[in-house]
Amino acid sequence: MSTSEQIIPHGHVLRYTLKERLTHWVAAVAYIYLLMTGLAFWSPWLFWVAVILGGAPVSRMLHPWAGLIFFAAVWNMYVMWAPQMKHTDVDKAWWKAVRYYSTNQDDKMPPAGRYNAGQKFLFWGFFWGSLLLLLSGVVMWSPQYFAWHSLIAMRIAVLVHASAALFTIGLFLIHIYMGVFAERGALSSVIHGDVSIAFAKRYHPGWYKEIVGQSSTPRK
Amino acid sequence: MSQATLRVQKISGHAGTVPGEGTQREYTVCKLIDTTTCIGCKACEVACMEWNDLPFGETVFDNTYQTMPETRWNYWNLILFNEHVREDDGSLMWLMRKNQCMHCAEPGCLAACPADGAIVQYTNGIVDFQQANCIGCGYCITGCPFDIPKMNPKTHRVFKCTLCADRVSEGLEPACIKSCPTGCLHFGSKEDMKFLAEGRAKQLREHSNHPNAGVYDPPGVGGTGVIYVLHDATKPEIYGGLPKDPHVPWTVKLWKGPLKWLGNVAMVGGLIGLFVHYLRYGPKAREEEDINPGGKP
Repeated sequence: MSTSEQIIPHGHVLRYTLKERLTHWVAAVAYIYLLMTGLAFWSPWLFWVAVILGGAPVSRMLHPWAGLIFFAAVWNMYVMWAPQMKHTDVDKAWWKAVRYYSTNQDDKMPPAGRYNAGQKFLFWGFFWGSLLLLLSGVVMWSPQYFAWHSLIAMRIAVLVHASAALFTIGLFLIHIYMGVFAERGALSSVIHGDVSIAFAKRYHPGWYKEIVGQSSTPRK
Repeated sequence: MSQATLRVQKISGHAGTVPGEGTQREYTVCKLIDTTTCIGCKACEVACMEWNDLPFGETVFDNTYQTMPETRWNYWNLILFNEHVREDDGSLMWLMRKNQCMHCAEPGCLAACPADGAIVQYTNGIVDFQQANCIGCGYCITGCPFDIPKMNPKTHRVFKCTLCADRVSEGLEPACIKSCPTGCLHFGSKEDMKFLAEGRAKQLREHSNHPNAGVYDPPGVGGTGVIYVLHDATKPEIYGGLPKDPHVPWTVKLWKGPLKWLGNVAMVGGLIGLFVHYLRYGPKAREEEDINPGGKP
């Protein structure tokens, strides 16, 4: 779908294409299912979550498949976004000024591009975390097909799976906090695709300059 | 899975208290296997299949007496045959060890299991799998230092020796014990079996040219509900890879210990931290108007 087909309200610019939004939500739904069923197997105190999701055996059966869907979405993100996620000098300056970012003094931040350094960290963290989860998950999937000598592999895989999952949960909490609570307009952007020009100028001035520069008649 | 009505003292994946913990003054049961008087007749293998009504699978013929290389989900009791040359006089020993679940006092399978009630330990020490509660994750397989639990590939449920918990709860001895023609298998309280085993080991040391004879009751897993008398207790490995000092694998300990605590503290702490941050700093900008007073870009 080309951007011109989408109706963008006055004073807004397109931030996420339909493909980007779809990929995000496939990953999001899969991740939340994986998180809930995974936490049920993590702690006896959360085992009830698996029960309300159709029973623990069903959760055990579907969890790996949801994992494949999640990884497919993450892989698609990698293909779409990896070039935009390269570390730049602006990012270096951004990390130096991160204390201003975390205390809402965004006017003191260096001008971020389409993604700021924090978002890039989140992206790469999720990418590598998901890769570890995939590799360890495949080993854990069907123990009945593994001979005795891969017992060691399974033991390591369980540990890697739990550690990588915890790491992504940390990223996930920050992602939800930033997207839903801290940055008003961010959640709506990944649903409707557009952000206000004010949002773009405030949080991603580098990116805004870029897209305005591309077009001789910037959308206003 | 047995149908026994035994009191439970440990439950896998369980939040809260355990109903039977400390409520019964029951003695711990124990199976004693004297490998020095085992003749490898496999009567115990047959008795196990018979009593537990296990569907028979194909055996593997490899030009030895070995029925199959290792226990299976439907073959819980397997004699391991090993030829061993003694270092001191070069004579050949034909070692036979009946292999099955060891019923550890501190079971690694139970520690690793995430499913509520899929693995229980009764107050008499028997570790029993409850397939109705099993979810088929296979974590118990990673927790066992003896490589005993096996998964049924069709039902994705894990099975192993129950120490005939159903028979024991009715005051009977396990089926394998009943079938043994040489009397190398004994069943009773842990205390009695230890006494019997130590006596036999002493006899072997003093009268049978087995100076290293001893009892296998590994302390690394808190002791086991199945103990062996070995001709050479300093080399349990020669009996088909019986681990010398078995422990719950460090990966399981790390995962169920420090990692669990660290993870829980981090997750709960993270949630609280973000909530407090929101109360302190709030959203980056309240409404669009705040981003851009006047509403025009």
